[in-house]
Amino acid sequence: MPETKISVSGLDLYYSEFHALKNVNIDIAPNEITAFIGPSGCGKSTLLKSLNRMNDLVEGCRITGNVTLDGVDIYKDMEITYLRKNVGMVFQKPNPFPMSIYDNIAYGPRTHGIRRKSDLDDIVEESLKKASIWNEVSDRLKRSALGLSGGQQQRLCIARALAVKPEVILMDEPTSALDPISTMKIEELCCEIKDSYTIVIVTHNMQQATRISDKTAFFLHGEIVEFDETEKLFSTPSDKRTEDYITGRFG
Amino acid sequence: MTMTGFRFDMKTYKKHPLSFLFMLLVWIAAALTAAVFIAVVGYVLIKGIPQLKPSLFAWNYTTDNVSMMPAIITTVEMVGISLLIAAPLGIFCSVYLTEYAKRGNKIVKVVRLTAETLQGIPSIVYGLFGMLCFVTSLKWGYSLLAGCFTVSIMILPLIMRSTEEALKSVPDSYREGSYGLGAGKLRTVFKIVIPSAGNGILAGIILAIGRIIGETAALMYTAGTVAQLPENVFMSGRTLSIHMYQLSREGLHTDDAAATAVILLITVFALNGLAEYIAKKLDKNKL
Amino acid sequence: MRKLFDEQLKELNIEMIKMAGQVETAIAGAAEALIKNDITLAKQVMGGDEIVDDMEKKIEHLCLKLLLQQQPVATDLRRVSTALKMTTDLERIGDQAVDIAELTLKIGKTDNVHIPQMAKAVIRMVTDSINAYVNSDEKLANDVMAEDERVDELFVKIRDELIEMAADSREKGKQVGEQAIDLLMVAKYLERIGDHAVNIAEWVIFSVTGVHKNAKII
Repeated sequence: MPETKISVSGLDLYYSEFHALKNVNIDIAPNEITAFIGPSGCGKSTLLKSLNRMNDLVEGCRITGNVTLDGVDIYKDMEITYLRKNVGMVFQKPNPFPMSIYDNIAYGPRTHGIRRKSDLDDIVEESLKKASIWNEVSDRLKRSALGLSGGQQQRLCIARALAVKPEVILMDEPTSALDPISTMKIEELCCEIKDSYTIVIVTHNMQQATRISDKTAFFLHGEIVEFDETEKLFSTPSDKRTEDYITGRFG
Repeated sequence: MTMTGFRFDMKTYKKHPLSFLFMLLVWIAAALTAAVFIAVVGYVLIKGIPQLKPSLFAWNYTTDNVSMMPAIITTVEMVGISLLIAAPLGIFCSVYLTEYAKRGNKIVKVVRLTAETLQGIPSIVYGLFGMLCFVTSLKWGYSLLAGCFTVSIMILPLIMRSTEEALKSVPDSYREGSYGLGAGKLRTVFKIVIPSAGNGILAGIILAIGRIIGETAALMYTAGTVAQLPENVFMSGRTLSIHMYQLSREGLHTDDAAATAVILLITVFALNGLAEYIAKKLDKNKL
Repeated sequence: MRKLFDEQLKELNIEMIKMAGQVETAIAGAAEALIKNDITLAKQVMGGDEIVDDMEKKIEHLCLKLLLQQQPVATDLRRVSTALKMTTDLERIGDQAVDIAELTLKIGKTDNVHIPQMAKAVIRMVTDSINAYVNSDEKLANDVMAEDERVDELFVKIRDELIEMAADSREKGKQVGEQAIDLLMVAKYLERIGDHAVNIAEWVIFSVTGVHKNAKII
């Protein structure tokens, strides 16, 4: 297995005139949880989104530099459908589609051409089980996903992302809209599945970063100030700005 | 409102005379509106219900028995065909405007401006256009089809407007979610966005149906006023509204006109009820 | 935005200084009592142990409260965990001062010159280690660790002297032998106090650099 799953080098990103990411370099290791922390508007979500090209949807977004997945440039040499199938995303607000639980999970696989009912059934069950929500919804797969609680919806969204069998999962503040118990469940889920996936998580909750991530990157004004083992970063940060941010002296 | 609540309100209002005045105005406005509505409906029902008789629903219209059955059927046909023309056109046009066109695109501006202008044009103008275009130039004569095309143009902005609103109200998070799973634009629009906007689109269509049913001016010059059931789309026929207008205009059948008004009213109520029912059902599916 | 947090850290610091001061007084008192054979002072030292124990409890409470309420990270985390570890050493130092004071009651007058020297060196180690903590002074902490070697040397010297003294006990009587052993225990206690001072110094270095005894523990 290669030591680097995603490699970002010399990445600059502009929203029209705004220079949102400045010469970002980071190597994300496989089967680890990497956390992005930093004050609002520091570029952490922007970098996360550029890892599966969600920024393409934003008008006036311009990118220079390289992002590679398993050594392949995702902006130049990769089909966007293929990229997004392999790099899934879970958003800040749970966003299940207004359809049944089953259809939510089956949406991704159907998009990628899986039509056979029995295959879909298997994928739905497997994904929901992986996302630790099968027990709660197995008897109401045909019911609308919008009837679930916020925490369940978010785990459903994780299951939906898992259903297309990605290798990387990007999470954009996945628990910021959830209560502590739901948050804990999602954190546990992340730790359970990290052996088979590479997880990158943006979080405002520094305790969460310390709890679940292996490595942490601290962003400030569009730059990565420090990127290190989470324990190291939170016990003995090398940069004064990191220290000031994590100890709550600013931001 | 509980008495204590009311008294509390009054106490508060005493200190703010302007607020009190405004509250009074609001109340009067609400009461007047309700009164007008009740008066109209009550008048129609009182006048019309006694005039309803089975013979009015006979299959054939004769000068002796001014049956409204042909008109009812014509109305249904008119609604069906017009929607068949206008709904796909309107919906797809809105999909283009909201989902595909880039912001600030000139075509978008033009289309939007046109739609808005069309919405403000009096229906008699549509009637005139329909007559000149479909009836005369295309030589369709006074016919169901000419009527359908005319009202289609008329309801197009309505459908577009409501569809656009509905599409805009679909949260971007749905689109993001779909793209995030590797789905393309087409799939996202058809599988996620349009179904999610279904409610609003439907509301627009039902509004459009109401508009067609109530239309007279535009149809008089295009679909004509023949009271018999048209055998094909190139024959003239009259909808309920025109039927009612003709009856009252001739002055011989004012009672039957009143009965027709009751049926029209009921139809509109039923449509509103249906709209609400479907909306609720869709909501239930969602929750 | 972290006013309360800073206040709590300040309070912890003040309590640490207080406890350190109390412990310093205790060993200084115990040493003086031994040298001057001052029974009253020795008893005073023994009575002071309760205060040290109470202070330890208070500091533990403060540290745990800080961990619970503020979930400190980085410097704050190291500072709080260092305080928590240090109080244990301080408390042990206090205990050993009491042990020395208790022995003083039995020993009576002594003319060993190296024991006062060792006591002085050890007291300085303790004072320096506390100062190193208060000022986050890595260099001073290193000095404390270096000083320990001198204390160990002194201990060996004293031990040799006391062995000779014990050997003489056959001629000079059993009491001399007893005194030699008691003095050896005093020396051992002083040596232990030195070790505790070294422990404190090591935690101070962790607090400053994040490295404890040349190893990363987090």
